[in-house]
Amino acid sequence: MKVHRARWRAMSALLAVALLASFALTGCAAEEPATTTEEPVEVTPLVLASTTSTQDSGLFDVLIPAFTEAYPEFDVKVVAVGTGEALQLGETKDADVLLVHAKADEEQFVADGFGTERRDVMYNDFIIVGPADDPAGIAEAETASEALALIAESGAVFVTRGDDSGTHKKELKLWTDVGVTPEGEWYVSTGQGMGDTLKIASEKAGYTLTDRATYLSMRDALDSEISFEKSDDLLNQYGVIPVTDATNSDGAVAFMEWITSSEGQTVIEEYGVEEFGEPLFIPNAE
Amino acid sequence: MQLFVDSAVEGWLLLSSGAVDVWTIVVTSVRVSGAATAISLLAGIPLGVLLGTRRFHGRRFMLLIANTGMGLPPVVVGLVVAMLLSRRGPLGELGLLYSQGAMVLAQVVIALPLITAVTAVSVSAVPRQLRLQARSLGASRLQEALLVVREARMGVIAAVAAGFGSIISEVGAVMMVGGNIEGDTRVMTTAIVQYTRMGRYGPALALGVTLLLMIAVVNVALLAAQTSAERFETQGRT
Repeated sequence: MKVHRARWRAMSALLAVALLASFALTGCAAEEPATTTEEPVEVTPLVLASTTSTQDSGLFDVLIPAFTEAYPEFDVKVVAVGTGEALQLGETKDADVLLVHAKADEEQFVADGFGTERRDVMYNDFIIVGPADDPAGIAEAETASEALALIAESGAVFVTRGDDSGTHKKELKLWTDVGVTPEGEWYVSTGQGMGDTLKIASEKAGYTLTDRATYLSMRDALDSEISFEKSDDLLNQYGVIPVTDATNSDGAVAFMEWITSSEGQTVIEEYGVEEFGEPLFIPNAE
Repeated sequence: MQLFVDSAVEGWLLLSSGAVDVWTIVVTSVRVSGAATAISLLAGIPLGVLLGTRRFHGRRFMLLIANTGMGLPPVVVGLVVAMLLSRRGPLGELGLLYSQGAMVLAQVVIALPLITAVTAVSVSAVPRQLRLQARSLGASRLQEALLVVREARMGVIAAVAAGFGSIISEVGAVMMVGGNIEGDTRVMTTAIVQYTRMGRYGPALALGVTLLLMIAVVNVALLAAQTSAERFETQGRT
């Protein structure tokens, strides 16, 4: 009993210190808006779980400020992980809303009751990048899976993310389509995000499957070039899902409504045009 | 708490079933960090003895570098080594980036200052008279240095533990220069990061426990070495 009380006392002391510290901090922060005459809005955090490839593309740098301008009451925190972990964060309710790209898994996630609904947001396309001299000659291929088969045959290095991400799942599906089991010295698995995998592919003079956005945003740092692109089996659909019983479900729904509205869709359509001469994502919300 | 129980069970099943090739990962960790520790010892102990026992021009500056090096952020080491070894970098010809060699190099840069500085401190505590006496009895410089290391063995063992411990559990630098490539440069720490990112807490937790166990085993071994050194000391004095 005594021990109990002592521990309780220590904990409440700690809590008091933490509270005081946070008061002191918020006190400082609160003084600034006091100079304006507008009523202060109560800001609640909104956790958006998305994928490293979306983060690496730079889209959030314009998307999030545009959203918080429309909804200043939400403070968006982007957690960029693989699609696998993003869905896991949704299951454990550590995220309020998801923006990911693995349609079958997303529909399963909603069917299992972890998300309230799923809406299409936008798509981008995958490309296969590789060494400039294209040793496997995949530029001549008809489809992406045929291109992969050529790489496997030639024994050229192929770098895979191997991290259960949307991009990795897409790649595995392409291998299945063509009936090749990728394994061996030439098949290098990084278990890392798109940016790191692109760098490794460039250093190892190998091919890799990537979304166009990440490649374009990193092009200057890479020796790889686009070896194969623009076939039907390379489209990548993004969806938004508010998490069921999320901590900030109002914010989650607001984000979904906004990103699928004409306002959000316009931001997506314009992103990247100035820098890369083409949009990185094509909005297609209904 | 249920999350921990479920993850622990899943992780244990995966490791014991061999679905996750944990042995290759553990062996790579030990090989890379072992090689880096060995190289750091070969260079760091002589350097530490030199800095701890001799007085020469530039000594204070070198000590400053070693001490600063102890606080070197591993990610900065990773960044610089990655830039050096990149195909576009000055050592790009070697094609070393994303290989075990690159990982060893980065880990040596992290461990060397640590081992040097700890060795320097412990040998400088060895009484000067002892060295003078050895010299007057006809010991060579090398014999004198060996004597100093033997006298300061407790500190030197601590240097080994600090060096190995700092690099086996480091993740930033090895991720940047190794690339976490399966069956090649994937070590325990990078595999833990990867599985966590994938939302697979089971294997991540299992690997974390394995890493902890390994550090414990190494420390038990070093502790045993220190204890036997202590016993030798007390016996020597009686």
